[in-house]
Amino acid sequence: MLEIILFYLASGVALAATILAMTRANAIHALIYLIVSLLAVAVIFFLVGAPFAAALEIVIYAGAIMVLFVFVIMMLNLGEKGDARERQWLQPRIWSGPAVLSLVLLCELLYLISSIEGSASAGTVTAKTVGIALFGPYVIAVELASMLLLAGLVGSFHLGRRTLERGS
Amino acid sequence: MFDWGPILLAVSILIGGVAGAAILTWWERRLLGFWQDRHGPNRLGPWGIGQVAADMIKLLLKDDWVPPFADRMVFIFAPTAIVVAMMMGFAVVPFAPGMQIIDVNIGLLFFLGMTSLAVYSVLLGGLASNNKYALLGGLRSASQMVSYEVFMGLSLMGVVMMSGSFSLVDIVAAQREVWFCFSQILGLLVFVVAGIAESHRLPFDLPEAEHELTAGFHTEYGGMKFAMFMLGEYLGLMLISCMIVTLFFGGWMGPVLIGDWLPPLAWFGIKVCFVINFFVLLRAAIPRPRYDQLMSLGWKVMLPITLVNLVITGAILLWFEEAI
Repeated sequence: MLEIILFYLASGVALAATILAMTRANAIHALIYLIVSLLAVAVIFFLVGAPFAAALEIVIYAGAIMVLFVFVIMMLNLGEKGDARERQWLQPRIWSGPAVLSLVLLCELLYLISSIEGSASAGTVTAKTVGIALFGPYVIAVELASMLLLAGLVGSFHLGRRTLERGS
Repeated sequence: MFDWGPILLAVSILIGGVAGAAILTWWERRLLGFWQDRHGPNRLGPWGIGQVAADMIKLLLKDDWVPPFADRMVFIFAPTAIVVAMMMGFAVVPFAPGMQIIDVNIGLLFFLGMTSLAVYSVLLGGLASNNKYALLGGLRSASQMVSYEVFMGLSLMGVVMMSGSFSLVDIVAAQREVWFCFSQILGLLVFVVAGIAESHRLPFDLPEAEHELTAGFHTEYGGMKFAMFMLGEYLGLMLISCMIVTLFFGGWMGPVLIGDWLPPLAWFGIKVCFVINFFVLLRAAIPRPRYDQLMSLGWKVMLPITLVNLVITGAILLWFEEAI
């Protein structure tokens, strides 16, 4: 019972934070709400028995990727100008079209989820299970992901070096 | 019957953490004075301990001011983030057998997550101040802390491999015979350096380097909000020390040669004090590097060391597994 209450609380926080993140004109405020939303999702992961995923959600998404987002915003430092432009984009005539289309998709998704039989909790997924799954059946996906990351690393190094040389 | 133990422990950590940070401000200055051949605060009370109260009164009574050009909401939120995150980190520290708020099987990852959330405090504080020095400090802290987080996590993976668990209780139990500070000496080395960088203390306090950035990310902060940053920094120092003791120095267990003739909590406390004093000694002994030196130290020295450590640890573990 307590778990269900906690689950709905965390889901509510996640939904509210996400909606606030979308409607804020100030990029930093929006990002803070997005971080809160990610933390709430981590709580949900923990509650449904995936503590490892919850930890990774905090360490990687909230702790690293979002920091880089904030970093980029700091570098750009748009200030009031950015806020004004964002406010212009938040008018109904801009977001109503995509919103209606996504609503259709949401209804479809809800219907599909409700038609699936079975319980939500499949026991706890430990770090060991995740590791065995990653380096067993999904090893090709891991290798592909590492290649993609390496390509990204080499690419960003290349781009960064070019600007350095141009600057000097 | 509801178990009150964890709640009592949580309250005592809350009080102990704040009191410990307050006393550390004085203790650190006294030790620095001792090592740098000067007095330090020695006028108020015996050995100058009254300085703690004087500082607290000063910080509490100062005008709590938000600059008009700052982003008010973020400006106020930023100092609380580091204190909350660091306090949360203490939840998984096993102080003694059974004396731990929660024993989760992802304890180590929880600690890493909380330290990575503490980055936001410095980052948002620097950004919300709307000041070029603060912004530069925030930018530096972001890249410094994100970089060093990588080695911090990787340096602990050797410990995880040897103990076979992310649970801190299991990790302490795995050190019953040999502490990991011997078998994981490279991991310890990297973790100590990364720990200083994470808690952005001297010599790695580039985010607030006063010789070039006035006070870096907390230039605009004063009074209680500034005190929250300092509290967070000292909590971070204590948390890192607790983790070093737990992960590398056998946690609550006494040294093998001397034996367990003190209560576990006392052993833990002694070791933590020792590590904290070591950090103060580092602060007194090592000058601040340049920013690019700090980053290249991280990526060109620390990262290879951790990777080599991982390879060696994995190879030895596999070797012995074969032999069995």
